[in-house]
Amino acid sequence: MGKPKVATASLAGCFGCHMSLLDIDDRILKLVELIDFDKSPIDDIKSFSGPVDIGLIEGGCSNEENVHVLQEFRKHCKILISIGDCATMGGIPAMRNNIPLKECLDEAYINGPSVHNPGGRTPNDPDIPLLLNKVFPVHEVVKIDYHLPGCPPPADALWETLVALLTDKPLTLPYELLKYD
Amino acid sequence: MSKSITFTIDGVEVTAQAGQTILQAADAAGIYIPRLCAKTDLSPFGACRVCTVLADGRPQAACTQPVSEGMVVESEIPKVQQIRRDIIEMLFVEGNHYCMFCEKSGNCELQALAYRFGITAPKYPYLFPQRELDASHPDIFIDRNRCILCGRCVRASKELDGKNVFQFVGRGSDKKVAVNAEAGLSDTDAEVIDKAMDACPVGAIIKKRTGYRVPIGQRKYDNKPIGSDIQTQ
Repeated sequence: MGKPKVATASLAGCFGCHMSLLDIDDRILKLVELIDFDKSPIDDIKSFSGPVDIGLIEGGCSNEENVHVLQEFRKHCKILISIGDCATMGGIPAMRNNIPLKECLDEAYINGPSVHNPGGRTPNDPDIPLLLNKVFPVHEVVKIDYHLPGCPPPADALWETLVALLTDKPLTLPYELLKYD
Repeated sequence: MSKSITFTIDGVEVTAQAGQTILQAADAAGIYIPRLCAKTDLSPFGACRVCTVLADGRPQAACTQPVSEGMVVESEIPKVQQIRRDIIEMLFVEGNHYCMFCEKSGNCELQALAYRFGITAPKYPYLFPQRELDASHPDIFIDRNRCILCGRCVRASKELDGKNVFQFVGRGSDKKVAVNAEAGLSDTDAEVIDKAMDACPVGAIIKKRTGYRVPIGQRKYDNKPIGSDIQTQ
């Protein structure tokens, strides 16, 4: 039997949670002994090679591609974990939820003080994923098994969580490691 | 001299004075009952229900329910903890609580309660309501996105400052904290030294130019759960 497989993705996030995962420092050497990365920006594998044991999702759902990727992860991952405040509550991208989508696009592409767009057009290419009317936390789109909040979650929290799952031990995070900021 | 009363909290015998609330008696006995709208020097309000206990089997707000002789109070039992947890989760989804950039983060009582209860994500859908911000005052701003309608500012302004700067308006989901002026907070007699400006448990009332002064790791609830100062048993 091979090593357990881990897949990761950043949806509407800033990759800060992935940076926090890299922030486990030299423990990353232990991590690659414990697991193989499957689809993930860490090894740049673009599609799933098969079923995966653990999926880590950073970021919320802001467009249809996010939803598509998230559903792919749910299909392929035995355990799916949302990491970071964007995945668990929408985060900074969700600040647009109180503003109509058209107003957001007009501000970004037409009315913004630094915008130069003489044609006055907003991008509308079929290749660009359609924006959702709102940004959704991932657990409002698919079933999520565990949540790990934080902006980003501390590297130690990510490490402890992965080790607990991989060694089949219960996880008791110390008080200092559960933070929303 | 008021009459002395004996009752139990989770089987522990507690002696209190007649007229005290369950919360006051518990605090004096070193038993922490979670709370948000209750504050020591303000009158009991019973708005948030986070302090819910079972008093002789019935759910009651510990901050408003007076103690009585032989009363059996249940606090740290799964049923009550679930009620409190659900209330905290509901407070998170019915406002816009962006902890990641909030000035109050680390010193926020709502956030600290969520940490204490180990809430990683609320089970209810987020509402993302439309709320107003009032930055008209030179030294204070109100961000109603974070307001949990605990009424601490309303009571502190009236009872401690003798001013009546804040008041509730509206009903149900439209209820909000309003200021005592036609326009904004700058038209009231609110001052940054008012007790009401320190009363907010969340980041809804913020003193300008004070945010992020305390580094992460040294803020009030960074290392010790809320209630650690009260809890002795």
